[in-house]
Order: sequence, then structure tokens, then C-alpha cells
Amino acid sequence: MKLQNRRLSTLAAVTLVASLALTACGSDDEGGSGGSGGGDGTTVTFIPKNLGNPYFDTSNAGGEKAVDEFGGSYEEVGPAEGSPDGQVTYINTATQQGRNALVISANDPDALCDAIGEARDADIKVVTYDADTNPDCRDLFINQADSAGIAKVQVDMIAEQIGDKGEIAFLSAAANATNQNEWIKLMEEEIAANHPDIEVVDTVYGDDDDQTSFDRTAALLQSHPDLKGIISPTTVGIAAAARYLSTSDAKGKVALTGLGTPNQMREYVTDGTVTEFALWNPADLGYLAAYAAKALVDGDIEGEGDTFEAGDLGEYTVGPDNSVLLGEPFRFNADNIDEFDF
Amino acid sequence: MSILTPDAPAQARSYSAYSRPFWQRVVMSREFVVIALLIAAIVYSRSSVEYFDGPQTMYYLFRDSASILLLALPMTAIIITGEIDLSVASTVALTSVCFGMLHVDGGLSVGVAAILAIGLGAVCGAVNGFLVAYVGLPSIAVTIGTMALFRGIGAGLLGTESRTGFPDSWTDLAKQRIVEDQPYPMILIPFVVLAIGFALLLHFSPFGRGVFEIGLNDEAATFTGVDVARTKAILFVLAGTVAGVVGIYTTLVTGVARAENSMGLELQVIAAVLLGGVSIFGGRGALHGVIAGVLLIGVIQRAMLLSGETVNIINIVIGVLLVLSVMSTSLLAPVRRLVAASKGARSSGRTSDSAGKRSLS
Repeated sequence: MKLQNRRLSTLAAVTLVASLALTACGSDDEGGSGGSGGGDGTTVTFIPKNLGNPYFDTSNAGGEKAVDEFGGSYEEVGPAEGSPDGQVTYINTATQQGRNALVISANDPDALCDAIGEARDADIKVVTYDADTNPDCRDLFINQADSAGIAKVQVDMIAEQIGDKGEIAFLSAAANATNQNEWIKLMEEEIAANHPDIEVVDTVYGDDDDQTSFDRTAALLQSHPDLKGIISPTTVGIAAAARYLSTSDAKGKVALTGLGTPNQMREYVTDGTVTEFALWNPADLGYLAAYAAKALVDGDIEGEGDTFEAGDLGEYTVGPDNSVLLGEPFRFNADNIDEFDF
Repeated sequence: MSILTPDAPAQARSYSAYSRPFWQRVVMSREFVVIALLIAAIVYSRSSVEYFDGPQTMYYLFRDSASILLLALPMTAIIITGEIDLSVASTVALTSVCFGMLHVDGGLSVGVAAILAIGLGAVCGAVNGFLVAYVGLPSIAVTIGTMALFRGIGAGLLGTESRTGFPDSWTDLAKQRIVEDQPYPMILIPFVVLAIGFALLLHFSPFGRGVFEIGLNDEAATFTGVDVARTKAILFVLAGTVAGVVGIYTTLVTGVARAENSMGLELQVIAAVLLGGVSIFGGRGALHGVIAGVLLIGVIQRAMLLSGETVNIINIVIGVLLVLSVMSTSLLAPVRRLVAASKGARSSGRTSDSAGKRSLS
């Protein structure tokens, strides 16, 4: 009997918790569809790849500035680590809260699509920036830079720095890196078309590894004594090359430019190794994304060809695949590098 | 009968415990405290957290907690035997990757790929079970190893790529509600079936009594006829199998098979199991407490997310709650002793609880 009683009590308890868990949370039909969002202004939630990332701190500060300008309410949430599962939770939460718009940098092109779909079903506008999802699952993508623009700005910078004449070389990432190969091809075309006196003598690959890139730079300078400039269209490569140049005899004689981040390059811009390098301005990216979200919520833009005003940045037009191009890459030099921290 | 005989003295010793009325035994348990906390958390959140009473909250809560709920079932049994399985989340990732590759690259139908993936999960569990139960290695060391190994194999197979393109009928099924406009997603059906199965296995079968006995004293369990090695091996295989199911669920619900799926999930599962009143030393615990523990963590997370707290604050709150719950056992012990002492000689034999019994071995 005693044993049975114990069993009975456990059975009762198991049923109890099961029924509680399932009933305590029932009654689901009540209103609260969200959508109004609570305030007067447009409510915008920024979801970066992860929190505490200086790049996104900069871009989301730009977003916050824009949201303040149009009198909306800004919020930034996100996972501590860059995982799609983490982002899904925050997208779901924003859906429940009935925010007006979400601005997301996607950790995975596919994994977020379902959650984004549920948000859009709840009439929330979804803008991706920095990293896109599949084009059919979001409303708009804010593209930080297109390949043609990236190629052109790097050729322009090296031409200015070496007087539009002489031997240059590329220090790339891996030999099969899709982005880098595309940019290098476009840069070669641009040089051939508009800079006849510049000669590309070599392309070396540092595999986006600091030490490899450093060694390749050293080898490059030895095998091409007349080299005037190096273009490194990868942030790891340009920083390693700058580190080599800053301690070598070639400092100040061989120009170095490419794509880099201010925090990595600050030292070399300050000591004169590097005159100018490029990347997009993340603050402008966040700023534009916020205005695009606002324009979507207000119904000002619906698809390709529509135009909208983005505060200080001026007017933008929605391009193919519902994407908006931020514009020319941003040039960082000694005059402005201290304004950035990423 | 032969099993009951050695039990008799233990029962006589704790006779007074059973002399309490039925309702007291239900209410005055650690599991019930967790259930009460869960109800309190739900009531509080519904009344004072904006949007918590919205139509989506409970649906997302169940959908997000489903993996932990499922994995907590075998984990409860494993921890009651005094062992631990840290490799479940890696098994989830590996089965997710293999399920994706079998379906997308191998061209198998979702059903066949799912069965193979669940089988793979069982094999993963069997590896753990063999090493722990038959080779006799400590489970914490074995499963730390296989935690790295299984995810490593998954990452080796897929690298940083992912597999998508599962048929909509299946991915929709994973997200569908059982009844339209009700907050219960489909995954609750297999969960309820498994929960009933595990409850019967753990609390209402000779096998389950063996599980508790191993946790209290495995030598004594051996002498009372429990096949300790076989019991442990079976539990690890069950954990692997359930992890396989979770791997498929995760893949379908997110639509993506990746090696990074469910990173760190094993710790969430173990946290919920411990919060649910299962003793990390083994021998104590019940499934209803664990289920309430998982849901309690889920409710707190949802409520804090909705009120705009960051993930760090949420982790702090849940961490404190967990530490308090683990401490409560040792904090409550002196209180119990005082109560027992005040009741006089009648309860004098009751001071040795699970920790005391454990030290006998």
C-alpha cells in the first residue's frame, strides 16, 4: 500500500504539472495583435550580428541618430555571440512587441527567413544591412558597397598616391576568395582603361593570415625593387603589409592602400606609412538603414525604382533585388581617422 | 519479492516520511516549489510584463523550449544515476548535419533521412554508454570528449556551409500549431508521448527504481540485482536517440542544417534539470519538477526579453536562480534537522537524506 501511495503521489504530481503547464498559459485568443507599437513615432529595432562589436556599435549609433531625427523610438537588441538562433529569439520578441520595423544584419542567409516571415506577416517592415538574407525573405537590403565602387576607389587612391605612374601589385586574401578575385579583375580593367602608365606586376595571396600576408609583402618588395604601390583589398592583408612597411626601408617610398578598418590602421596612418585607405562608413550605413525602414513603414517606397529621403545623406533610389546602395566607399585618412572607433 | 527484501530496512528507517498525509507529500516537495515558482512567474508576467499575454508568447515559449524539454527527459534519468551527458548538444548538431546532407545531397526522402539520423543519434549515445558503463570511465570525461568529437565530425562534414531546401510541408509541420489559434506547437505531441514514456520508465517501473538505486549507491544496487552497466548504457542510448529527434526538429524548425546548431544547449538542459530539483549527486529527482524547471527558465527568459532586458542580465538572473536552487538543498538540511529534532525520537532516523546515503558508498 505504501509503495502504491508513493507512486500515486508522483503520478498525481506529474499530471498536475502537465495540466498546469498546458492550462496556465492557455486563453490565447485575446486581442493584443500589436502593430500599433505603443508610441507616436515609428519604432525601429536594430538587431546586429552580435552585441559589443565596435563595427555595429558605430553603425547602430548612426541608426539611433537617424531615428532620433525623425522622432521615432530606437532599440538595439541582439545575441552575445553571432549565431542565427540567437537572432531568431530577438526577431520573435520584436514581432510580439509589434515594432514597426526591424533592421537586421543576418548571421545566416537562410536561418532567419522563417522568423522574418512571421514578422512580416505581422506587418513589420524588415530591412537588412551589412549582411543580407535571401532577397525574397526581407523587404529591403542596404548594400554597403558594390564591387565596381570598391574597385574604382582603390585604383583612384593608388593613382593619386603614386602620381598615376609606375609598378603596383595586389596583396589579396586566398587565391579562391570570390570577392577579392572579382575586385581584382575589375581593378585591372579600370587600370587598363583609364590609367595606361600604371603596370600591375604581380598578385600575391596572404590567405587572410597575418603572418603569411606579412611574409608575402616582404617577398614582393624583394622581387620587385621598382614597386611603387601595393593594393590590398582585404583588411587582414593591408594591416600586415602596413606593419611590414612601417619597419622597413620602403616606408614612405612604397604606397599602400586598400580596404581596412580605422582601428587596425590608425597607427600606420599616424606614422605616415599609409596615406589613405577605404571602406564604407558604418555610421552612414546604420543611418541610411533607419531612414529606409521609416520610408517602408510610411509606405513611401514599395519596390524597385521608388525613391526616399535619408536625412543628411540625401535622396536614394531602390535598385534591383530591392536593394539600396550606400554609395561610394568612404576614404579614411589622417584628417578623419580619429572620428571612428571600429 | 527478492528485490523488495533488501529494501525493507530502508523503508522502516524512513517510515515516518510516509506517515505524512498524501497532500503533504505532494505539496512539501522541492518539485512543488519549482511548480509554485513557475505559476508565480506566469501570473506575475501576465499581469505586469507588456505583451506577455499576447497571442504569440506561449507559442514561442513552447517552440523555443521544446529542444530543452525533450533533452531534459533522458538527462534527468542520467543525472539521477549520478552520471552526466555533456555531449547531447553536439549529437544534436551532428544529426542535424547528417539529416541535412542525407536529404539534400543524398536525395533521400525526409522520412528516411530522419530515421537514419535518429539511428545515428542512438549510435552516438551507444558510444558514450559503452565507454561509461562497460569500460568504466567517468561520464564527465567521456562526454566532454565526445562533445568535441561529435560536433567536430559535423563541422568536418559541412565546414562552415549549411544545407537548406527542406520541403515546406515538413518545415511547416515543425512550426504548426496542434489546434489553430492555440499556443501549442506540434512538437508538444512527441514531447508529451516521450514525457509519459519516461515518467513510466523512471517512476513506475523496476528499471526506474534501479536508476534511483544506482544514484544512491551503485554497489548496493548491484547486490539487489540491478544490472548497473546495462541500465547506464540504456540511458545514454536513449539520450542519443532523443538528441537525434531534437536534431531533426531543430533542422526543420530553423530550415537550416549547420554544424553550429544548438551550440551550448547541453548546459541549458543541465541547468534546467538541476533547477527542477534533481540532485547532481544522483538518487533524487522527479520529472514533473524538471519539466517545470525548463518552463520556469523559459518564462523568465521570455518575460525579460519582452521587457527589453539584454541577454547578459537574463543570464545573471537565471544563474543566480540556479545557484540558489542548488544551495537550497544544503540550506534546507539544517532546517529539516531542527524540525526533526523538535518532533523527538519519532523522526530521529530521518536525518540521513540522499547526501548522507551517498556517503555510505
